[in-house]
Amino acid sequence: MRSLWAIGLALLLGSAQASLTDVTLGNGMRVIVKEDRRAPVMVSQVWYRAGSMDEFNGTTGVAHVLEHMMFKGTQTVPPGEFSKRIAAAGGRENAFTSRDYTAYFQQMQKDRLELAMQLEADRMANLVISDELFAKEIQVVMEERRLRTDDQPQSVLYERLMATAYQAHPYRRPIIGWMDDLSSMTAQDARDWYARWYAPNNATLVVAGDVKADEVVALARKYFGVLPTRALPERKAQAEPPQLGEKRIVVKAPAQLPYLLMAWHAPKLKNWAQDTEPYALQILAGVLSGNDSARLQKTLVKTQQIAVNASAGYDPVARGPAMFMIDATPAAGKSVAALERAIRAEIARIQREGINEAELARVKAQVIAADVYQQDSLFYQAMQLGDYVIAGLPPEALAGRVDKLRAVTAAEVQAVAQKWLQDERLNVAELDPQPLSAPARRAAVPGVRHAN
Amino acid sequence: MPIKYVFVLRFLGMLLLSLPLSAQAAVAIQHWQTTQGARVYFVESRELPMLDVAVDFPAGSARDPAGKSGLAQLTHGLLDQGAGGLSDTTIAHRLADVGAVLSGRFDRDRAGVTLRTLSSATEKNKALDVLAQVLQRPDFPQAVIKREKQRLIASIREAEADPGEVASKAFYRALYGTHPYARDEAGDPAAIARLTRGDLQAFYRTHYSAPNAVISMMGDITRAEAEAIAQRLAAGLSHAAPVAALPKPAPAAASDTRIAHPSTQSHVLVGVVGMARNDPDFFPLFVGNYVLGGGGFDSRLMREVRDKRGYAYSAYSYFMPMMEAGPFQLGLQTKLEQTGDALKVAQDTLRQFIAEGPAEAELIQAKSNLTGGFPLRIDSNRKILDYLAVIGFYRLPLDYLDTWVDQVNVVDVASVRQAFVRRIDPDKLVTVVVGAGSAR
Repeated sequence: MRSLWAIGLALLLGSAQASLTDVTLGNGMRVIVKEDRRAPVMVSQVWYRAGSMDEFNGTTGVAHVLEHMMFKGTQTVPPGEFSKRIAAAGGRENAFTSRDYTAYFQQMQKDRLELAMQLEADRMANLVISDELFAKEIQVVMEERRLRTDDQPQSVLYERLMATAYQAHPYRRPIIGWMDDLSSMTAQDARDWYARWYAPNNATLVVAGDVKADEVVALARKYFGVLPTRALPERKAQAEPPQLGEKRIVVKAPAQLPYLLMAWHAPKLKNWAQDTEPYALQILAGVLSGNDSARLQKTLVKTQQIAVNASAGYDPVARGPAMFMIDATPAAGKSVAALERAIRAEIARIQREGINEAELARVKAQVIAADVYQQDSLFYQAMQLGDYVIAGLPPEALAGRVDKLRAVTAAEVQAVAQKWLQDERLNVAELDPQPLSAPARRAAVPGVRHAN
Repeated sequence: MPIKYVFVLRFLGMLLLSLPLSAQAAVAIQHWQTTQGARVYFVESRELPMLDVAVDFPAGSARDPAGKSGLAQLTHGLLDQGAGGLSDTTIAHRLADVGAVLSGRFDRDRAGVTLRTLSSATEKNKALDVLAQVLQRPDFPQAVIKREKQRLIASIREAEADPGEVASKAFYRALYGTHPYARDEAGDPAAIARLTRGDLQAFYRTHYSAPNAVISMMGDITRAEAEAIAQRLAAGLSHAAPVAALPKPAPAAASDTRIAHPSTQSHVLVGVVGMARNDPDFFPLFVGNYVLGGGGFDSRLMREVRDKRGYAYSAYSYFMPMMEAGPFQLGLQTKLEQTGDALKVAQDTLRQFIAEGPAEAELIQAKSNLTGGFPLRIDSNRKILDYLAVIGFYRLPLDYLDTWVDQVNVVDVASVRQAFVRRIDPDKLVTVVVGAGSAR
């Protein structure tokens, strides 16, 4: 498993913003182009500012279900034809839904961008959701939930912890949706979602690769620019009220090893140029688990041998609130309680004594190097741009990120550890493993008799 | 782990598993041997100030001696946990101090180490110093062996909760019987517990030798510097002779394994012993499988199992080309109640494909995608490095990349059909189903 830190780092790193074009079409659609001529290929991504956080109770998961339905045909492109045409042109395509957004992409040779845009623009406006195809696809989504959540004990733990840590904010709901909501979802729910959010003024096109920005913008005007602006629903803030004390849950699920996840509410990046705490918290995550002998690994895994794995993670780029997380698996014969005490002791040590300059320099060296390495992936560069823009941050925040991280001091890291890693803000989840040989769990879909 | 759940993808791609190789003439591969006998593959690329290095050995789990399943994995895992007198912590810190990333990769055939570093002199030299120590002088400290054994066993235990992992292990066992490929990559907990420091040292000496080594480099260095780096990396390795060839796997008899598991889905795997990396039918099987189950939404399995019936999120097939014949594997996951129905649809789809072969239009579509998508396979340093390592390790011809598109293009319906008939007898399938209950 990749560590939280590695993923957090990857999600956050900015790049030297070589030739970036950022324009908004007359209908409100934003177009961002990053030219990169290393290979004769391009990636085109359409990002909609509509994710699971925009859903309502009772229809959780609809953002992701709609993502599936977006491949099921339009008024002029029959079901399955989208994928077939992209494939015939040598393309790779897929889509992903997060709490904050839904995004669709094609990776192709550089001269095939027009096909991608034509098809994307068509399904932005002309999607057809038939009852028949919906009925099949909702079954697929339920299988996806079983595969990736219900039968993965650590996923279940994460889902339940989020539902506990957030009481008001919609981040409490899983992206894939609760199984009961999926069971009762209708094609009309998907149509309503599409009508509410799929409009050019709620979308951003990101293209990166061996393309010319002016040509990309011209194509975007031709295909997306002609689509009408639509009134978007008002987005009401749903701030999570301050947590008033530590919360703890236990999840019992068939598994062989226990698992511990700790999550503190933490600040997100709002004003990238003036904020300091999000950068300091990211350095803190690096100090805790940024390399194979960072503090958590060194102390818990190697020296005390109380854990077989431990890592920290923090992602401040989001529309909603952020969290600082630590997860760990206890070593054989060690209890989750003892492991939690050891983690708390490591945090307390930083709160009390701070970090040393060598650790700080080490994390910064990794940040600087990773900023070079990430240029090796075109897809990833486009992904970062979309991620920032959706979160309401300008591309300059990405470009300025390395400098902001380099400016973090050891005292700032100690200060954020003291201020944010407090019990009042903490949520703890423990996986209590149940025997694999026990009778199978309840059927995941109400009304379906279990076959055991 | 939490942050990885940020996305819910529409489809988990299986295409990469077959690791097809391709490249237009744009990739100029330089090849030579060091004086110690290590084979070197190098592509110079000055666009980004970075260097990727991979060093691979035929030291995967298929090389585990009898009764010592897990030795290859443990040996590999110990390389960077103490070497040349440097502690595990010193190694990790020295690498991080220069922003370098050292990673391992391990499968049934191969054990390898990859290094990504900035190409600026100070950073690069420090990172390569550590890489040389890790490859040439692993210390295998007793205390670290004890710790890493526990961690390896814990990871094996943890995987027992995952029905997909359980199915995969059972599938290889059923397919390969007494062949080394039958054993799990991570090993057997009881055997791991018995391993000694002497076992690790002996395995290291005989497998991590210069004549066994394949060194791949991609990035911002000159040919002269690449030669010097390769020489330096190979210099401290042992001179042990190249390992012997693995035995040829026998075709598997038909079997049907059912394993109880407290999951909400059944994980279904169906297959046969498939093809080796150097198989003359590689292209007909690879291109043909795109139509059957390799082409994602463009494939028959996805259409029949997912699109038409909503039985599964993922339904796929692939040939895993290995040093000796790797598996042909067809897989899906579905809720328990419809396991039999989904399995039947998959079997029928396979049976029909073998009986009739692909339609002409399907094959044209497959070839269009594969050849048209070819530049995407070599659009980053990382991808090219991986291809170099495969070419080197499996001794593929140096012009393999240049001829790849042509090889795809010459595949026709008849060659696909004949190749599938030769390889897959639908009456001799190995089937594994993991899910609650054990009823057939």
